[in-house]
Amino acid sequence: MFAAILSLVGAAICLVLGLIFPWMKVPIIVGLCYGLAALGVTVLMRAGQVSFGHAMYACIAGYTVAFLARAYPGLDGLLLIAASVVAAVVAGALIGLFVVRYREIFFGMLNLALSMVFYSVLGKFYEITGGTDGLRLERPPIAGFQFDRPGYETALLVTALSASLALGWLVQRYSGSAAGEALAGIKTNETRLEYLGMSARRILWNGYMISAGLCGLSGALFVLLQGLVTPELGYWVRSGEFVFIAILGGAQHALGAFMGAVVFQAIQLVGTVLLPGTWKMLLGATLIIVILVAPTGITGVLPIKSWSKPRERKLALRPVAEKS
Amino acid sequence: MNLDLLPLALADGFSYAGLLFLVALGLTLIFGVMGILNVAHGALYAFGGYAAASLVQFIMSRGDPPSILLVAALFVAALIVGVALGCLLEVGLLRRVQDKDPILQLLITFGAFLILDDLQQLIWGGSPYTASEVSGRLGTIELFGVTYTVYQLLLIPIVALCAYGLLQYFLRHTRIGRQVIAVTHNAEVATALGIHAKRIRLITFIVGAILGALGGALSVPTTSLVPGVGTDMIVLSFSVVATAGLGQITGALIAALMIGMARSLAVYTFPEFEVVVPYLIMVLVLLIRPYGLFTVAQARKI
Repeated sequence: MFAAILSLVGAAICLVLGLIFPWMKVPIIVGLCYGLAALGVTVLMRAGQVSFGHAMYACIAGYTVAFLARAYPGLDGLLLIAASVVAAVVAGALIGLFVVRYREIFFGMLNLALSMVFYSVLGKFYEITGGTDGLRLERPPIAGFQFDRPGYETALLVTALSASLALGWLVQRYSGSAAGEALAGIKTNETRLEYLGMSARRILWNGYMISAGLCGLSGALFVLLQGLVTPELGYWVRSGEFVFIAILGGAQHALGAFMGAVVFQAIQLVGTVLLPGTWKMLLGATLIIVILVAPTGITGVLPIKSWSKPRERKLALRPVAEKS
Repeated sequence: MNLDLLPLALADGFSYAGLLFLVALGLTLIFGVMGILNVAHGALYAFGGYAAASLVQFIMSRGDPPSILLVAALFVAALIVGVALGCLLEVGLLRRVQDKDPILQLLITFGAFLILDDLQQLIWGGSPYTASEVSGRLGTIELFGVTYTVYQLLLIPIVALCAYGLLQYFLRHTRIGRQVIAVTHNAEVATALGIHAKRIRLITFIVGAILGALGGALSVPTTSLVPGVGTDMIVLSFSVVATAGLGQITGALIAALMIGMARSLAVYTFPEFEVVVPYLIMVLVLLIRPYGLFTVAQARKI
């Protein structure tokens, strides 16, 4: 209940701030993009897996938006978003078939390696992708209306906010469902999960597609906001930022990803004003401090209860030997 | 591809494989003993390279030094960087997360990598660094009608093979080396038998760090360093280590040779795919053998 109220209040504050101070719209949308992507990473973190390459899916979706918008001018923004999310999910399904065979270090590093290949391929094929300069696109209509700049930003803000609320709720429902609990079971004990007759790979594959879709949505919104897509969108630092936000927010609740995004942007603001050129350093230092001091993240510290069953009962049933 | 270029491509690949092996050896040694995949290894490579370039330039500015001094400077730079950063990382960070999730350990080294990556740009800036004087001094050699630098064709592969031989000797025939193997098998029992596991871990990490820095230092005479070189290297050396199987030292030698050769053949035939080839090999190997070529199957623990 607390979390639901907090989410709605947060969304209302974002909307009001965006309408009163028009310059706030862009940072809020960017923050929501980061939150959505981190939410995707969080889904996998519940399974104990951390991907260092999920910016690739944001990038795939971003380029899908750009290709479609350039090929069919006048195509609705919402359609572009939908198509690009589908593209990200399909890519996630294909790559997922390979990476879900691996856990932990291999899982993280294989995702990183694949995203780096994708990044450099984007830069190499200049005729198709525009190389490192990327592709520009015109402002598409949203829900049938051709907005001017401020109206367009407001429309994107409303889209991003409602998508975040809906998807946050859906991810919570998913976490509490049998499939979501099984996903968390991969972290607790995968062998036992398989003894229950479930395929850990298939469960992780489903989670992987969900996370790819969320990152895709984030990338699509970001590209629509900027009107430009470059390979930078899929750079490893960005994947690192997603992981950073997910760790900062914690995997207990979907709200964590968005709270993490707020803190992330605050750090970014302070960093660019006070210590320019040390962005990665600041990020790395905060990451280390969070892991050493509060490895469960913000939602682990705040009194936000997960929608799934109480943890205590499970802990009591867990045998002593827990090493596999 | 022009067949005349084949010897050149092979020699190129041989030399590149040597560098790759040095870096991968450090990575796989640290993983084998400590169970940590050290992402900051890429930063060690970059720091080793930049430090070596600076040291060589400093010596050159002091008059006309003998060539042997310049080559020695590369090793000295790698040693300093490896010991200093290795100590800092192990004592400052890794020791504290020794008992945590492997994924948290990975994230800690990732955080350290982010910090070091920026630090390197603050110290050395964004302009490219090189020390081509060193390879120029050592002269050239003619092989199958192709002229090649002695530095690339002989020095790098010899250093790589020496590192392999010395490490094998160290692990099998010295007191500390055998303690390292004991800690690898079971740190708890090793401690109970009187082995100072903490110290063994520190030594291992420093040796691994020196190897990573040495890879960077030896690369500066032939290539120029630019920001981002550390990231490329960590992912590339991971692909070598993953292809071989994590913790496999001899396997890393073979995998480095495979990937180094394939990459340089790609450079001469399909340059667009140069970046992709190592990962393609890794993916193909992992599809057939999920935990690398040389990993022995392990029983599942329930």
